[in-house]
Amino acid sequence: MQTRRQTLQCSLAVAGLLAGAGFPQFARAAFNKNAFEARSVQDAVKASSGVSLIESKEMNLTAPDIAENGAVVPLGISTALTGVKQMLLLIEKNPLALVAIFHSNELLENNFVTRAKMSQTSDVYAVAIMADGKAFWTKKEVKVTLGGCGA
Amino acid sequence: MPDPMRIRAQVAGDKTTVRVLMSHEMETGQRKDAAGKTVPAWHIQEVSATHNGKPVLSAEWGTAVSKNPFMQFVIKGAKAGDKIAVTWKDTKGDTRTDEATVTSAV
Repeated sequence: MQTRRQTLQCSLAVAGLLAGAGFPQFARAAFNKNAFEARSVQDAVKASSGVSLIESKEMNLTAPDIAENGAVVPLGISTALTGVKQMLLLIEKNPLALVAIFHSNELLENNFVTRAKMSQTSDVYAVAIMADGKAFWTKKEVKVTLGGCGA
Repeated sequence: MPDPMRIRAQVAGDKTTVRVLMSHEMETGQRKDAAGKTVPAWHIQEVSATHNGKPVLSAEWGTAVSKNPFMQFVIKGAKAGDKIAVTWKDTKGDTRTDEATVTSAV
């Protein structure tokens, strides 16, 4: 049988554990440093709470076949999937793979465009991460004639 | 204070396309200066947008976004005359907010 004191100590320990583990929805508000420091596509997706990578035809990636200037490569990501939490743009052979994370919500179309730097010819990945951790992706190779690093 | 952003928001039906051109160096942290020292990373880290004061977009950017970044996104349900404000924050903690009015595409 537990005394009142023991019960209190127990619940304090549990509260401490919870605080330590943190609630992911609050942690999300901060800049996802781990994801942006990842060097590979897989690591960056994992750090953005993507669990399983699945190739999907529902994902659209707009990118040029050949980028003459690697410093300015227009990349567009869109999807018809619903329930998307985050949209990620990644460049496989860049020193740091992740380019940008866009947080999806019901007020936005899942359609984002930006411009990225590419160090060399590489596959570009468009990834949509769902609430349950499924990460749907598509990729396209972009040939770079003049690299964007050191430029 | 960094240079202002150029923002254009055009409504077509129930969709409003917002295009933003920011002015920022977007230093990658990969580049070396003449003395061979690495130039520290300095880039926009967080981007957010509001529609009539209500948050609609939040994005996180890494070092690979181009210098003087361009961004386009589509919001639902905005009307001509609505206000769209865009804010960015960089790795040095500098921040800038600019506002634009939604115009009709026709």
